[in-house]
Amino acid sequence: MWRYVAKRLALFVPTLLLVSLVIFGIIHVLPGDPAVLLAGGAEGLAGASAEKLAAVRQKLGTDQPLHWQYTRWVAGLVRGDLGTSFVYGTPVIDDLRARFPVSLQLAVMAFVVAHLIALPLGCLSAVRRNSVFDYLARVATIAGVSVPYFWLAVLIVYGLVRVFGWLPPLGYQAIWEEPWTNLQQLVFPALALGAADAAFVGRLTRSAMLDVLREDYVRTARAKGLADGSVVWRHAMKNALLPVATVSGWSFGRLMGGTVITEAVFLVPGMGSLLLDGLSRRDFPLVQAIVLLVAVVVLVVNLAVDLVYAWLDPRIRYA
Amino acid sequence: MRRGQPRPTLRGLRVRIGGASRVFLRDQPLAAAGGLLVLLLVGVALAAPRLAPFDPYELHVDRKFAAPSREMLLGGDQLGRDVLSRLLFGARISLYVGLTSVGIGVSLGALVGVLSAYAGGLTDLVVQRLVDALMPFPPIVLGLAMMGVLGSSIHNVVLALVIVLMPGAARTLRAQTLGVVGQEYVQASIALGGGTWRLIGHHILPNVMGTYIVLATMTIGHAIVAEASLSFLGVGVPPDVPSWGAMTTAATLEHAARGPWLAVYPGLAISLVVFGFNLLGDGLRDVLDPRLRG
Repeated sequence: MWRYVAKRLALFVPTLLLVSLVIFGIIHVLPGDPAVLLAGGAEGLAGASAEKLAAVRQKLGTDQPLHWQYTRWVAGLVRGDLGTSFVYGTPVIDDLRARFPVSLQLAVMAFVVAHLIALPLGCLSAVRRNSVFDYLARVATIAGVSVPYFWLAVLIVYGLVRVFGWLPPLGYQAIWEEPWTNLQQLVFPALALGAADAAFVGRLTRSAMLDVLREDYVRTARAKGLADGSVVWRHAMKNALLPVATVSGWSFGRLMGGTVITEAVFLVPGMGSLLLDGLSRRDFPLVQAIVLLVAVVVLVVNLAVDLVYAWLDPRIRYA
Repeated sequence: MRRGQPRPTLRGLRVRIGGASRVFLRDQPLAAAGGLLVLLLVGVALAAPRLAPFDPYELHVDRKFAAPSREMLLGGDQLGRDVLSRLLFGARISLYVGLTSVGIGVSLGALVGVLSAYAGGLTDLVVQRLVDALMPFPPIVLGLAMMGVLGSSIHNVVLALVIVLMPGAARTLRAQTLGVVGQEYVQASIALGGGTWRLIGHHILPNVMGTYIVLATMTIGHAIVAEASLSFLGVGVPPDVPSWGAMTTAATLEHAARGPWLAVYPGLAISLVVFGFNLLGDGLRDVLDPRLRG
């Protein structure tokens, strides 16, 4: 087991480096010059004289060669310096410290919502294969996969406003300060985000469960006269959850991404709205830092899932 | 693999396709319904200029937030444009972005996956690490970052989606190809001196084609949602273009009270179309690629 852990951890560092290179590449190699926007303001290139442009570029450090910019960025990252905002001139990490917990809580809540719906639905659907329930659940999950996050979020806002004449309190209160306000603020965004993902995880749970139910040991369990419930919950369910766990890891990544949309609709001041803000102002250090942070969270979650998976299933760590 | 079978003739092909589609209709009624939704989308996209009662860009100052009426069946939007006409033209945006981004992105990704698995060794290792490095980005975040740099335009949306879609396709097709290359008949063909192109063309491609078709079909739905999401957030297509996602933006909190219909129809259109592609893809998977079946 320890050898497997060491191998995975050793692979983690080069992956992180490649990930940072991808972000840097996307921001810097694609056409578009932030200096033009910052120097020229709303008029674009027309409002920026050559000297002004050069001055802004020098200030931002974008006049340096790319490999130098990248090295400086990574060197900063290693020291815990995520960069300095082009627009405000403040360290990016200050903004992230305030915004990141909001998005993380939203994603975790959505994750819980998704799995509370998906696991029972998928299992029951597999156990009662080809029943009316199964059929409805399958159509519902395909439909659920098809509904875009943002539409569901907009519909929920509409429902709240028009039917109940109520809106979640704006802003964000930390859960340990104002638990009730915090939940009011985040429950509905989490529902909007989680419901769509529930369909995806539910479909996988069903197929994983069906695979396991066909296994010999399940037949043996039935043959020795165990009660149906015991076969399903003790023998089948545990094994079916393994492949689901892998998908859940990626599902968390999708949810982290989905927070951008949900936060925009519910006006939640999280990292997603910070990202949109950063993009509209071409504040690339901010954008770079947020995208990197999201990717790192996804990587860490998936690493954790893989390690748990290997711990639960010896076949993985010896493969 | 196909040796010994008679050469396919056009007539034979027609009979086979005819027979296959009858079987498909009978065994996969849900998928056939999905196919119908997809055909409907194509039909609407093609006929939009004939079907639309108004110019989708035309502003009617007196019709801002006009309620649905006999003249404007689905009402007017925040600038007084006809929602129905924009909805019909929106089908073109969705279809265009879906087909081009998947056509390029999934195909390039698939090609990379097949070649990477076939080449093996160092090439495979490098390509897979690159794919690994692209996987942890949630598509919407990666898309947003790229659109932020590129600026909104329909071609930039396609470019961003191509980059987002490639790694997933490469990974799936690589796994499939590895499975095929490991088969005994392929090993036999290598032992008999079969060249690279014979191997790829005769053994690998026919065997991974099913996966590719299923993946492409399902991904068109994702791509349509991705375009709509980016446009919804204001970084996809320019705001005046009738994209279903951008149309929903008008329906956020600000206008919630004034024009509830603005929120309903574009979202419904996206959901139906994506539902269609998903149903079709699901059915195709059962037929073409039983190994993937859930």
